[in-house]
Amino acid sequence: MAEFLQFCFSGLTVGSVYALVALGFTVIYNASNVVNFAQGEFVMLGGMVTVALLAASVPLPVAGVAAVFVAALVGLALHRLAIEPARGSSPVELIIITIGASIFIRGVAQVVFDKQFHKLPAFSGDAPIHMLGATILPQSLWVLGGAGAIVIGLHLFSEHTLVGKAAAATAANRLAARLAGIDTTAIVSLSFALAGAVGAVAGILITPITLTSYNAGTLLALKGFAAGMLGGMGKPLGAVLGGLLLGLAEAFGAGYVSSAYKDGIAFIVILVVLLSLPQGLLGKHSAERV
Amino acid sequence: MTSAYGRILALRGVSLHVPRGEIVALVGANGAGKTTLLRVISGVQPFLAGHIRLAGEPIERLAAHRRVAKGIVHVPEGRQVFGPLSIEDHLRLGAYLRRDAGIAGDMARVYALFPRLRERRGAAAGTLSGGEQQMLAIGRALMGRPKLLLLDEPSMGLAPVLVDEIFDVILRLKTAGITVLLVEQNAVAALAIADRGYVIETGRIVHVGAGRALLEDPAVQASYLGL
Ligand SMILES: Nc1ncnc2c1ncn2[C@@H]1O[C@H](COP(=O)(O)OP(=O)(O)OP(=O)(O)O)[C@@H](O)[C@H]1O
Ligand SMILES: [Mg+2]
Repeated sequence: MAEFLQFCFSGLTVGSVYALVALGFTVIYNASNVVNFAQGEFVMLGGMVTVALLAASVPLPVAGVAAVFVAALVGLALHRLAIEPARGSSPVELIIITIGASIFIRGVAQVVFDKQFHKLPAFSGDAPIHMLGATILPQSLWVLGGAGAIVIGLHLFSEHTLVGKAAAATAANRLAARLAGIDTTAIVSLSFALAGAVGAVAGILITPITLTSYNAGTLLALKGFAAGMLGGMGKPLGAVLGGLLLGLAEAFGAGYVSSAYKDGIAFIVILVVLLSLPQGLLGKHSAERV
Repeated sequence: MTSAYGRILALRGVSLHVPRGEIVALVGANGAGKTTLLRVISGVQPFLAGHIRLAGEPIERLAAHRRVAKGIVHVPEGRQVFGPLSIEDHLRLGAYLRRDAGIAGDMARVYALFPRLRERRGAAAGTLSGGEQQMLAIGRALMGRPKLLLLDEPSMGLAPVLVDEIFDVILRLKTAGITVLLVEQNAVAALAIADRGYVIETGRIVHVGAGRALLEDPAVQASYLGL
């Protein structure tokens, strides 16, 4: 029982990070139908920029906020310099552009930072908290709480603000959105900045637990993508569900089978979803009457 | 104005004038270029050459959303609603660029014009019938406080009773001071309510005149009105 609970804790912690990466995919996909494989680089930037600023003796909260801004700006630049000029390209071409961008960002990060692994101090100490025979790190609570806050924040933004509704309108029908006076290019730009910020927060929260390096984003992008596919691409709730399930599957797979297969689970999920459940768990909402 | 899709010229030097406060009908066969003309005016279609002036001010360089701010609002062909969004959200988004205090009052006026929309205000647009979606598309456009309303085939695919209702609404909009450029397959009905009419054929204007005069012109009757 204690062991089971332990796996749950660690699964939900990593799962929260996958959920945030998947949410980043969702935010961009919904506004522009682009599947952004550079999403993992935002997570990497969140961790690495914070590490670098901390090393320059900037206090952690300031460094974290600055890192979120940097990632948001990189998101904006990605849209303006790589996606917008290729407007009208096929989805596959756009995916290839985002993969190219992720390789570029990684290359720059390797030069600007270095090739070492880095750690951030845990936000509120390393003393494990005991619970029903299992232990949980205070940092895990930060990850869970941070992810929860972002999920709620994004929900409030999209349901209760005019700009959030404009983003939903842009996603549903770009032409009609333009004719309603919505600057859809600005809305898509905003979605890239938002996805950058969400990714960076994930990176800052998890780095005290998992370490980070210039190429930490690659695997995270794949796992976030798997989580998004599992939940149903374009569904915020699906992204969260998919992320948590994938994290749990990895934790139980590593715990009860072998940790050698941990990273393979995401790929198995991608394959199974593609073959048997192409719309993901939450399916495609079919409110549209044609 | 001249406009093309890739290498296909869709508009070849079209010129038209929509006087303030009037209903101007633009009729013509399938593929004549009616939709393209409206898209050029609202700025969602790149065009090659020409000028567009709103009350004397050149607007052809403005992005589509800037033109909405100037009062040009386009209800596109095929309704084009935001499937998952509610009726209420559509109307609020129609006023996206407005910062004035009149939004709630205008929403009430749209609901008064289309009571059916009020009944279903919380419903997702994708679940509405074709007629309701058309009312919603017009209502959303009205929320932008248009000076010039561009309507592309508002009666397409609707039951006759709804067609009458839509034409009735267009007349009421004129009374409210809105200038209307109306594109219609239903040329007889459109010319009947229009102050002025243009007939377009393969990207060129071939007839111009008062709505009534065009209805009675034998050449127009033979080629476009199926009379
Ligand atoms: N997206 C497009 N790509 C290429 N050609 C197009 C496109 N849309 C329209 N055309 C062409 O441009 C010309 C004008 O089309 P347009 O849609 O403006 O006509 P229309 O008068 O609105 O016709 P309808 O009555 O069928 O709506 C046609 O020859 C059409 O084939
Ligand atoms: Mg048309």
